[in-house]
Amino acid sequence: MSAVLKIENLSKSFLLHQQAGALISVFDNLNAEVKAGEAVAVTGPSGRGKSSLLKLIYGTYRANSGSIRVQSGVAWTDVVTAAPRDVIDLRRNVIGYVTQFLRVIPRVPAEMVVAEPMMDRGIAPDQALTRARMLLERLNISKRLWHLSPMTFSGGEQQRVNIARGFAAHFPILLLDEPTASLDTENRNRVLELVAEAQGQGSAIVAVFHDEQERLRACSRSIKLG
Amino acid sequence: MSPLLVAEKVSKFYGARTGCRDVSFALWPGEVLAIVGESGSGKTTLLRCLSGHVPASSGKVRYATRDGRSVALDEMSEAERRLLMRTDWGFVHQDARDGLRMGVSAGANVGERMMAVGERHYGRIRATATDWLKRVEISENRIDDSPWSYSGGMRQRLQIARNLVTSPRLVFMDEPTGGLDVSVQARLLDLIRGLVKRLDLAAIVVTHDLAVARLLSSRMMVMQQGQVIEQGLTDQILEDPQAPYTQLLVSSVLQV
Amino acid sequence: MNAPAYNFAYLNEQTKRMIRRAILKAIAVPGYQVPFASREMPMPYGWGTGGVQVTASVLTPEDTLKVIDQGADDTTNAVSIRKFFVKSAGAATTERTEEASVIQTRHRIPETPLTEDQILVFQVPIPEPLRFLEPRETETRTMHALEEYGVMHVKLYEDIAHYGEIATTYAYPATVADRYVFDPSPIPKFDNPKLDDCPALQLFGAGREKRIYAVPPYTKVKSLDFEDHPFAVQSWEQPCALCGSRDSFLDEIVMDDAGTRMYVCSDTDFCSRMRGEK
Repeated sequence: MSAVLKIENLSKSFLLHQQAGALISVFDNLNAEVKAGEAVAVTGPSGRGKSSLLKLIYGTYRANSGSIRVQSGVAWTDVVTAAPRDVIDLRRNVIGYVTQFLRVIPRVPAEMVVAEPMMDRGIAPDQALTRARMLLERLNISKRLWHLSPMTFSGGEQQRVNIARGFAAHFPILLLDEPTASLDTENRNRVLELVAEAQGQGSAIVAVFHDEQERLRACSRSIKLG
Repeated sequence: MSPLLVAEKVSKFYGARTGCRDVSFALWPGEVLAIVGESGSGKTTLLRCLSGHVPASSGKVRYATRDGRSVALDEMSEAERRLLMRTDWGFVHQDARDGLRMGVSAGANVGERMMAVGERHYGRIRATATDWLKRVEISENRIDDSPWSYSGGMRQRLQIARNLVTSPRLVFMDEPTGGLDVSVQARLLDLIRGLVKRLDLAAIVVTHDLAVARLLSSRMMVMQQGQVIEQGLTDQILEDPQAPYTQLLVSSVLQV
Repeated sequence: MNAPAYNFAYLNEQTKRMIRRAILKAIAVPGYQVPFASREMPMPYGWGTGGVQVTASVLTPEDTLKVIDQGADDTTNAVSIRKFFVKSAGAATTERTEEASVIQTRHRIPETPLTEDQILVFQVPIPEPLRFLEPRETETRTMHALEEYGVMHVKLYEDIAHYGEIATTYAYPATVADRYVFDPSPIPKFDNPKLDDCPALQLFGAGREKRIYAVPPYTKVKSLDFEDHPFAVQSWEQPCALCGSRDSFLDEIVMDDAGTRMYVCSDTDFCSRMRGEK
């Protein structure tokens, strides 16, 4: 299997003008490669480094220098220098991201939250909804919650909706930020099953796991920061 | 695929005063660009230049028409520009009264654009108007009522229906949720978000509310005193702001 | 004391030239409202000054003038205006439509078909058909220039929505020569078909608003409507009580306190002719 994600000499720091120009360096000259079907953990001291790497790959954070190249089709795109519309395109088709917390929008029902990324790709609404419901069921989200906005859900329920959304469509690269946080044992296992399935379908997984056991179970190696 | 709208160093001056200066960007079909800034930032002036309401002092605004031509706004005839503003473009005003005909019924408001492009069958006009009212969640038994009898949120939704009936490709919005109650805002934003996705619209939304920008747009431009301070992906600007002003703006927003 | 001397038909020759230039422009662009320098006339605005100025400008000593108001020759306004032209132009006058060469009218077109030798002059209060929906003159001029007439159908739509049918019964807008939308003055819609393909020259004068427009002879005039709500004229169940006509526009006259009504031709000349021929 060949690499689908190549990180070269990546450096990231934050210049906080609000704090009189304080410079916070996150990492310097990071190099890493992830292959299709591989699950890699991001490890390091607590702080913003691990999530930051995921956000850099997703294009939410701007790199100071270096490159993050992802394979889309036969071409390679460098997220660091890509135009906004190209990053949007990557996010729709290539890079999936399960954030640490669900970004809740009022009025949008849970099943739509999960179905939307599929519909954005052109999948028919009824097909998307069917798969969305299947995933919600798998993650133990009760049927009576499907047409409700996750605004009033518990933290764990929100996170499961978030996970369902992240795994609904196939992504060649999947970024997971603490996917099992605030979940009970049974649901944690479900998530790890989903990770394994995605891997089996060829996705390259880059994940942050707080729990060492889960990390070892899900991932074959790690990118060490700090 | 080529961009739908291209702004090249668009500037607008009022004598010695700068409305906006050297604004450049390209917008593709289906993209939503938020222009954010505080009062006096020049965002509304810019919007009015981009939408053909006001001529720019310098720079170019180019639009890709349905038949594949790229035309500059200042090189269009008035007839062409007005036709574009009635068919291909929509403009949602902050105050719905500026974007509606208050003296005629809701149905007539929605049907007007159809009649303006030659639709002459009353039954079809009414059926289309009814359909659109439903889409913006206005009860169909309100179709013959005047917008004077509508609430602010309803008027705004009517304004949206009136603009979208001719399937425009580009919609300009000036603080679309300004002055509305929070729950009404939520409903309106949800509606706009859904319509933009479903109809694959491109939109330029001026707002001072970062939450609105986050919800509706994929790209964002921050303005201050007529100039673009920073532009990029919305989540990028909100989570990793680079410029001092942007950092100040983002950190000033209260969390609920 | 000497009576003041006036030029033929009151207006001086320069003024008549100015108005005739406006009339020529109006004929050249059918339905287009030509601005003109409306003069102070010896009757106030709202009493037909536009029509009077047009008539004064086209009248020659050889003409025979007929003046009607709501179809009748004998109402106050018609009488006053006729007297005005007798006094200022020594004009020959008539009540018979077929004998007149110039007919000035308020709010009706004569029932008797007109000929190529005749000029029909309409008195117009508000020349702008878009005014009710667009108060700005700058905007209405642009709309006419760019043929943006969608708004006219909005008004018709509103009528159908509220009344089930197009409720406009007079001053019914029409398109002239497939180009300009115009207001034919407050004639009943019953008369609109007479505007179309008429052998006579039809001139429209608005004194207060300072506009002149025209429908040249044999010009197409089509009243606005919807495909599924086509233009239709008024009709009455009963014929004229005096002459029995079923084809003319009837006035409704209340006879007594009990509400007894009588329907009579609005065109007095037409009615008396029908009775004469019987």
